[in-house]
Amino acid sequence: MALDSKTPKGPVADKWTNHKSKINLVSPANKRLIDVIVVGTGLAGASASATLAELGYNVKTFCFQDSPRRAHSIAAQGGINAAKNYQGDGDSTHRLFYDTIKGGDYRSREANVHRLAEVSTNIIDQCVAQGVPFARDYGGLLDNRSFGGVLVSRTFYAKGQTGQQLLLGAYSAMNRQIGRGKIKMYNRHEMMDLVVVDGKARGIIARNLVDGKLERHSAHAVVIASGGYGNVFFLSTNAMGSNVSAGWKIHKKGAHFANPCFTQIHPTCIPVSGDHQSKLTLMSESLRNDGRIWVPKNIEDVKSIREGKLKATEITEENRDYYLERRYPAFGNLVPRDVASRAAKERCDAGYGVNKTGEAVYLDFAAAITRYGKEQAHVKGLDENDSALVKKLGQGVVRSKYGNLFQMYEKIVDQDPYEMPMMIYPAVHYTMGGVWVDYNLMTSIPGCYAIGEANFSDHGANRLGASALMQGLADGYFVLPYTIGDYLADDIRTGKIDTSLPEFEKAEAAVKVQLESFVNNNGKNSVDYYHKKLGKIMWDKCGMSRNKKALTEAIAEISALRKDFYKNVNVPGTTKEFNEQLAKAGRVADFLELGELFAKDALERNESCGGHFREESQTPEGEALRNDKDFTFVSAWEYKGEPSKAKLHKEELKYEEIEVKTRSYK
Amino acid sequence: MNLTLKVWRQANAKAKGNMENYSIADISPDMSFLEMMDVLNEQLIGQGIDPIAFDHDCREGICGMCSMFINGEAHGPDRLVTTCQLHMRKFKDGDTITIEPFRALAFPVIKDLTVDRSAFDRVQQAGGFVSVNTSGNTQDANAIPIAKHDADKAFDAAACIGCGACVASCKNASAMLFVSAKVSQYALLPQGKVEATDRVMNMVKQMDEEGFGNCTNTGACEVECPKGISLENIARMNREYLFASLKG
Repeated sequence: MALDSKTPKGPVADKWTNHKSKINLVSPANKRLIDVIVVGTGLAGASASATLAELGYNVKTFCFQDSPRRAHSIAAQGGINAAKNYQGDGDSTHRLFYDTIKGGDYRSREANVHRLAEVSTNIIDQCVAQGVPFARDYGGLLDNRSFGGVLVSRTFYAKGQTGQQLLLGAYSAMNRQIGRGKIKMYNRHEMMDLVVVDGKARGIIARNLVDGKLERHSAHAVVIASGGYGNVFFLSTNAMGSNVSAGWKIHKKGAHFANPCFTQIHPTCIPVSGDHQSKLTLMSESLRNDGRIWVPKNIEDVKSIREGKLKATEITEENRDYYLERRYPAFGNLVPRDVASRAAKERCDAGYGVNKTGEAVYLDFAAAITRYGKEQAHVKGLDENDSALVKKLGQGVVRSKYGNLFQMYEKIVDQDPYEMPMMIYPAVHYTMGGVWVDYNLMTSIPGCYAIGEANFSDHGANRLGASALMQGLADGYFVLPYTIGDYLADDIRTGKIDTSLPEFEKAEAAVKVQLESFVNNNGKNSVDYYHKKLGKIMWDKCGMSRNKKALTEAIAEISALRKDFYKNVNVPGTTKEFNEQLAKAGRVADFLELGELFAKDALERNESCGGHFREESQTPEGEALRNDKDFTFVSAWEYKGEPSKAKLHKEELKYEEIEVKTRSYK
Repeated sequence: MNLTLKVWRQANAKAKGNMENYSIADISPDMSFLEMMDVLNEQLIGQGIDPIAFDHDCREGICGMCSMFINGEAHGPDRLVTTCQLHMRKFKDGDTITIEPFRALAFPVIKDLTVDRSAFDRVQQAGGFVSVNTSGNTQDANAIPIAKHDADKAFDAAACIGCGACVASCKNASAMLFVSAKVSQYALLPQGKVEATDRVMNMVKQMDEEGFGNCTNTGACEVECPKGISLENIARMNREYLFASLKG
């Protein structure tokens, strides 16, 4: 069955403007009669909650953390894109739109991406008005930097803490509305299920994580802003609590899940150090502005390094292989993430990895330190040939740009990155796939919306750096608050939704059964035991490089693991208390289903595109080979009782504005 | 390495708590402190003992959720790090480590090492914002130039992660460093000036109502702050508060 994205007609550049002026509105007096639930308080959820409350809706917002400010958007480092063209380097809405489609390897919906590029400039204005302290130059104007996959500087930033500052901005906007009573905030609450009444989303069952009580909450619309599902890999750069459960629960209630296999493996993360590892730490892509990536040219040098006989700094220039600069001269170290990750894997698989595990490459700042140092010496009228002075001045510049990242690296690895090159390796970071939504960001359940990383729409098969923050805030501040009115306009006479309806009762009872079964299971293995096993299957068989055989095995193994989980998992404690293991068990149960659908989706898509690399589909040089003839569509899966029975719906992707080309960064 | 851990156990807010001793073996110096706690919890689950509840999320030092008082210091012996970024290489084989929650009247214990810091949220709700609606018609971001020096200072204040280490470290359980960081961020920026008077009055009022203690300038908060928030912010807030009181 074909899916209808409800994309408005007309030229792509006019669609959003025309759509906004034609959709239904809810009058200010009627907005007071309408309740909206928002699940999640990252950039998308917090900005949507604040804006919906400003408009006059009664908002109830939920987060599982102890405060909305903890949501994992806080950890985004590098920056946020916007087509401001403040640098006068040829940027425009069209160029941001084009870069994002191309970066996504022609697997995203054109109209959504254009809208994203259009509202990007408003985001910066809004955030500055809120008091977000972006980096500025000496003239007092906003500064920009460059990110991967583009040829302009359009990234706004606040040191290496851009996500933190943007989230605190959205959190402050929420706080203002909480103070006014327009948002009722539920901290330490987890959404356990969606309640559907007469085919419409009408509320949720939530669990108070402090006392374990189940609660019924009703609303006229439910917005899912619960982020991505990278933790299906166990090890990822996501927060420990990041989970797919809200998205998965609505999937099981009828929302299609789109492109689950589109995962971003980020090239610059701190390598795994041992079995005890609980999470991986990102080193911002912004570092690739100034860092050069390399491995030794000679395998003997690699051996000496691993044996501790040779230091990276002792290898001369001619014996280094700056493989990104070599393979992709036009973009060099700033190729998109999927390309950079695969190139690192290729070198490490060939035996050139530079740490004990053989899974690390160098990210080297020596050249940048010298360059900046000379510039500073020149500005200050000092001796440009005094290498110690130049190094000191250069390190100062690098510290001011990336200080917190360097400190983080040093604390984790116990090595000084100002003196020695960093060691990095790719890690799971972001999921482009997610809940399928139409142009209005509504899922296939009427009245249920998905925004931010939780949906699938804007990044295709690969997301460009600094675009996640842009999409989260675009959806929450500038898109959803308009489009939700189109649906709610029919609900002005509905009145409060009664939580004693049988649908609420049934949903709550089902949740209770699952929770009780976990704590009464008395199995022998902990929840983490299963999560780690799942993660290993995912990384080994559905990771950076995928093939038919491994994916088929993964499906069988995950299915078997899930059965074993329900039989043998051990969840201590009771359902009526603060019980972290119980909360985790529910999340892992959902990952065990999603993982299988992920592998099934990856198997079905027998082409390489963006972050999805199928070994069967590559060029003789080993570059990804897309198959536009057979795969220019979104895979949207409908739940049919279990992942193996999921039914595929295709949304054909039509490109009216952009010519579909082979993606090349050479 | 092998360690002895003395950990605060408390079943819930109303229950009486006590310190329990646990032994743990084969800890790698490369582990983070929370990874060591993960190992301990797996061990406890295996022994049929209730695992230790502790708050944590991002594990990269930015969300502000982790909150342990280790050997008498908020976030432990290392400087400028949160508990999740503290590594076991800071300890020695055979050490005894004491682990307690962040203690303060305004931070009641929920369970074990988990405390309720929602008082911080309420202080922010009292005035930690600029009253600007989302409209898509705000003026261009470059319409107001802001001196780099001021923007950088505002950023330094805004870097606060709201973990509560300042409160836990203060003998009076004062929240002055936390509140002053937010007040300072906006006081340093033109966008925040319009509401400056109301903001500082309302936030301080809420802070007092939450039961945080007074500031006696010991400076312990600054020492233990994982983000290096400066005492200068407290001085700035006192100045703002004085001006606001004179105006009001």
